Amino acid sequence: MRDVEIIGIGMVDFGELWTDSLRSIWAGAALAALDDAGVSEVDLITVGCMSPGLFVGQEHLASLLADEIGMAGVPAGRVESACASGGLAVRSGFAEIAAGLADVVLVTGVEKMTDVDGADATYALGTAADQEWEGFHGITFPGLYAMLARAHTARYGTTREQLAAVAVKNHRHGLKNPHAQFHLDIDVDAVLQSTLVADPLRLLDCSPVTDGAAALVLASAERAAELRKGRPRVKIIGSGLSTDTISLAGRADLTELAAVRRAAERAYAMAGKGPGDMDLAEVHDCFTIAEIMAIEACGFCEPGRGGPVTEAGDTALGGRLPVNPSGGLKAKGHPVGATGVAQVAEIALQLRGEAGDRQVEDATTGLAQNMGGSGGSSIVHILEVV
Amino acid sequence: MDSPARAWREFGPRYRLEAAACAACGQVSYPARSVCPECRGREFSAVVLPRRGRIVTSTVVRVPPAGFADQSPLPIALVEFENGVRTMLQVTDAVDLERLDPGVEVRLEFRRVRSDGEAGVILYGHKAVPV
Repeated sequence: MRDVEIIGIGMVDFGELWTDSLRSIWAGAALAALDDAGVSEVDLITVGCMSPGLFVGQEHLASLLADEIGMAGVPAGRVESACASGGLAVRSGFAEIAAGLADVVLVTGVEKMTDVDGADATYALGTAADQEWEGFHGITFPGLYAMLARAHTARYGTTREQLAAVAVKNHRHGLKNPHAQFHLDIDVDAVLQSTLVADPLRLLDCSPVTDGAAALVLASAERAAELRKGRPRVKIIGSGLSTDTISLAGRADLTELAAVRRAAERAYAMAGKGPGDMDLAEVHDCFTIAEIMAIEACGFCEPGRGGPVTEAGDTALGGRLPVNPSGGLKAKGHPVGATGVAQVAEIALQLRGEAGDRQVEDATTGLAQNMGGSGGSSIVHILEVV
Repeated sequence: MDSPARAWREFGPRYRLEAAACAACGQVSYPARSVCPECRGREFSAVVLPRRGRIVTSTVVRVPPAGFADQSPLPIALVEFENGVRTMLQVTDAVDLERLDPGVEVRLEFRRVRSDGEAGVILYGHKAVPV
């Protein structure tokens, strides 16, 4: 297997981007990544996008987007794994280069979510749950995570305040990210007094509906050595993918995200590293309980300790292991197909030492964990400074 | 618009609570799967789920999806039957949050779940009623 490096990073501002279309948002990130890498030709374009058909009525996306940046003719394809579509796009690009099928790949993720109203967006996102046996009864994504939160609380005593601490921390981090959707400092009381969405989760426990895109240029180590000569280099040293039952009814244990644990184990094994070697992480905090369960599944703390370590500040910038320095899905925003790419982009930026006010000092190794649905799929990447 | 054929082909498990017991290991799948998740067996016999179970976890959906606006707030629980099978069901009839705790016993009743607009399919299924 060949070594794969990240040679270009492209982000756009996340938010409710009323003046921009799916293609213009995507092109913004793609061109930024190509310019950052200093390349104008690639061997392949991968696009992570969950549901352009339901959000903007457009399928056949990869060809459309290749044409948007003057690359009609270049091999391109879209991959989908619900909210983990972006992570899957990174893995696809990584695998092509590792296998020797490509030398330079433009990896992208995008979602345009505000061209439909709230009910239609909820429906589109809901298709990532088991429609016939769970969605049928009216359950929503906040509802599924609320059920996981209740189960976690019943077993481990995770408190309402500990859930809120995740949102408070990630909003603090988001203040330092110019691309974040929210630059809004909130406190625990604000979370506890926000509108109930699905007991016990409230509005400020939930990531928002967001338009956005993120892009990376990946290259073989050989090409990276030449294109990033004299500049900081970042390598992907581990990639892990796993699935679990989509339906909660099919899971024996509702207090752990088994797909995340397995994806992390596979990524650690490939990297020859363990959780203790990580200097920072971006995890999939679509809801506050998701971050607590994700850091447990990645091995950053014992099962059941996710709440207490968050409340103690261990996962804040300046803490033992900063988690979601970008602001996470909660504050940075969650354009579902873009998220997995944006997470890897944040880790790469941090490892280059180019993360500005939110820079984690002396970071050399970091992890990005992306998740589909309520843990029906997960993808973990581990990055290291070359 | 919900497809009548889609609703119709689910009548067995939806209306009659038909599940599949693996011929090799006895594991019951609901709904039926092509392959047993326990032993990868491919032979099954039909069984019917019991009509009583207990709540494993639950929530009250306050922001309902399309088709459920008239039913908000919407209590939903993951219910486990005596044979270990779990399924997600709405909880109905005089529900308050204390009655949705893990361990609460429920019985299944056949109810209308939602209708697809004025002219579409009316979807029925089971709901859980705290005993």
